[in-house]
Amino acid sequence: MMGNPYVTQADSQVGEFRRAAFFGGVYSNHLALAAALKLARSLRVDAVFALGDFGAFGPHPDRSVEILRGNGIISIQGNYEEALSQAAGDCRCGYVDPRDNHYARLSFDYTAMKTAAGHKAWMGTLPRNLRMTLGGQRVLCCHGSPRRINEFLWASSTSDAFLRKLLDDYQADLLLCTHTGLHWSRFLPAEGNGGRSARGIINVGALGRPANNGRTEVWFAVVERASGETKVEFVPVAYDHAKLASEMADEGLPPEFRATILTGWWTTCLEILPAKERAAGKF
Amino acid sequence: MPLDETPGCAAAAATRYPSAPMLGLETVWFQVAGSVCNLACAHCFISCSPSNRTHAMLDLAAVEAHLRDAEGLGVREYYFTGGEPFLNPEILAILDAALRYGPATVLTNGTLITAKRARELRALSDASSYSLDIRLSLDGFDAAGNDAIRGAGTFARILEAIGNLSSAGLNPVITVTEACTEAGDSRGRGRLLERLRALGLERPRLKVMPLLLLGAETDRTRGYAAGETLAGVALEEADAAALQCASGRMVTAEGVFVCPILIDSPEARMGATLAETLRPFPLRHRACHTCHAQGLNCRT
Repeated sequence: MMGNPYVTQADSQVGEFRRAAFFGGVYSNHLALAAALKLARSLRVDAVFALGDFGAFGPHPDRSVEILRGNGIISIQGNYEEALSQAAGDCRCGYVDPRDNHYARLSFDYTAMKTAAGHKAWMGTLPRNLRMTLGGQRVLCCHGSPRRINEFLWASSTSDAFLRKLLDDYQADLLLCTHTGLHWSRFLPAEGNGGRSARGIINVGALGRPANNGRTEVWFAVVERASGETKVEFVPVAYDHAKLASEMADEGLPPEFRATILTGWWTTCLEILPAKERAAGKF
Repeated sequence: MPLDETPGCAAAAATRYPSAPMLGLETVWFQVAGSVCNLACAHCFISCSPSNRTHAMLDLAAVEAHLRDAEGLGVREYYFTGGEPFLNPEILAILDAALRYGPATVLTNGTLITAKRARELRALSDASSYSLDIRLSLDGFDAAGNDAIRGAGTFARILEAIGNLSSAGLNPVITVTEACTEAGDSRGRGRLLERLRALGLERPRLKVMPLLLLGAETDRTRGYAAGETLAGVALEEADAAALQCASGRMVTAEGVFVCPILIDSPEARMGATLAETLRPFPLRHRACHTCHAQGLNCRT
């Protein structure tokens, strides 16, 4: 690894696993987080990881952080944890359209106000990237991308060529990320034999809000390496979404956010979506 | 002269300007229609028109060769512009080829997007797992405002294109320059979005671009002033990384240029192939000031 500028000592190493669960953005959805944790444990995973953005969007941000910290969930920073721990003025989500930034501002101001100082300090101690091996494969976990915490890796805008370069630069076989809120995976075509290689990407989705598909469940990923093959399972999590929406109303969060929780369709922060992902939604 | 340089002092001048780093090639542009356009907009920074042959069109074979190079360099996305891309007789085959490598965006004035063409674009989009985006230019709230910039009768033709794309299930990104003076502030943007909804776009997508004081725009308003330069400016690392020339290049029939803006500037030609251009670029052009000061990025 010597001399490779993309591989740094700052990447945390956490050892070897065979089968693990990966949670994407929690966005303060403590009810979904608790349900997902229970479900993941029932799926006999070796470990549970959380890939950042614990706050935003939902109510009572400390409740989600307390579940993460109290249950040994191995966590890395998202842009929210970076911003909150550094007392930044905004969420650094990476939106460019004023309509997206309007709602991002509402989320961040609420979350910053409601997150305990001790939790913000803890967020500052978390690594940005995490390396492990999964059945011998080199896995790199990050929030957005390994090079930028708020980079959006969408299925329809991430070319194979770009993915291959990321994996080469960062010396990984498997890249795990979140940040977009939509789960997807892709394995690179194997060179020469027409099949698929073992190298690829898994965007683990988000527990914080549904996947813009008209369903109220949220999603996480279970990844297993067995018999020389990487298996990816996206797991839907049903939870008491009506209760969450009620809590959001009590906290004065925007009705647009509650509508997303209740309908499964995104209503805000839509302008960042690429054409294909935008067309798949209702708004 | 847009280059900000003292004649006879080239060596000294070179040291006065910051450079944009090349952090890795992510975005490749294609000047697919050269400088030929069926319109002659009053603000066009490369003065495209029906008679401007400064830049030739790119053919499918040339585009495919650069796409293969781009793939080896880890490129993420592709953009197609002109001139008017739909004047290129191979444009659909070119977009089809690009969509095998990654997401593609085509920048158009819309006047050639018939109902049939819109359906063909929808079919291309459906056939790829990557996104195809159509960026459609509009420069006003109504015919009076738009047509003063883009030419008589264009507002109605743009509306027809929007209708054709919507009917085909495609939601274009409407690109408005600040020649539409209200577009620069939030109230104007809000009005514009309302107008686009009224025109039939249920979920309007909007990109507002600052003007480049080059080409035809210098006659409409003005060229760059003496102080509009990056001479002596020390760029922060993050600001330099945000410049589009830190991660993008423009392919033309005459070679590979640093960015989509400077294709009329010979010193901005960096090589014949993409791989030859992966080096820092000195920000000596006056238009570099617009990218830095206004955060201009031609990407969507």
